[in-house]
Amino acid sequence: MSDAKTHVLEPEKWVAKYADYLYNYAITRVDNQEIAKDLVQETFLSGVKGKEGFKGQAAERTWLISILKRKIIDYYRKINSAKGQREVRMNFYEDGEQKGNWIEERAPQTWGNDADHGIENSELKDALDRCIDNLPEKYRIVFMLKTVQRYETEEICNELDITPSNLWVIIHRARTQLRKCMEEKWFKN
Amino acid sequence: MKLSINCDEATTICDKSQYGEASLMERIRLSLHLAFCRHCKKYTKQNSLLTDVYSRFATPCQGSEQMPDEEKKDLEAKLQEELKKN
Repeated sequence: MSDAKTHVLEPEKWVAKYADYLYNYAITRVDNQEIAKDLVQETFLSGVKGKEGFKGQAAERTWLISILKRKIIDYYRKINSAKGQREVRMNFYEDGEQKGNWIEERAPQTWGNDADHGIENSELKDALDRCIDNLPEKYRIVFMLKTVQRYETEEICNELDITPSNLWVIIHRARTQLRKCMEEKWFKN
Repeated sequence: MKLSINCDEATTICDKSQYGEASLMERIRLSLHLAFCRHCKKYTKQNSLLTDVYSRFATPCQGSEQMPDEEKKDLEAKLQEELKKN
């Protein structure tokens, strides 16, 4: 591998060269500009601190992305274990004889017949935005990646370091909560 | 082999199938469950409508293609400070 080019780090140029790239990379994954900015900042600072560890085999940008990826996983872990965060309201009995069955008053209601053609409405979009905002952040991130960004299951599992069964539990909780919210805000009239 | 599932499991499979990722066995369990559960039947029916709504109306947070300039300046300053330390 004598012809392999050795890469060097030039932290003075990082903001100009990579800030936008890393910022966009982070935004698609955490769905929040403020957090994306913080993650990019942490990435650059860790990069400076760890620059001795850079072996020059990877391109500078690839190396920075690998740091950012770890920051995203750390962030997801943090919100996943954070106490006092918005919790999902349970739709099913958690234990007892009825375990896993619908809690009667949380069970799906019949929606108005006009549910279908109301669908072009911009108010619908507002209702949906508000319901998505109400999701706990960890659920919102996974839901958006899977449903809106249409990431492969495997990809999300890698990016956030979770298992597929984990992912489906999260998707399920996000969707039952969203369904209930949309029922109250939109469909049930 | 376990065929009977509860509503929580049934709706989990239903959600999975919205992305085309439920296995054959899961789909069999789900249809068996739906044969006698009106709540989950309703859930399943509404779920495809919701999938349609989500894919058409949910908008991801758009990064303007660029990080705002003042954020960059701020970042630059913090980076310089860190460089001095190292």
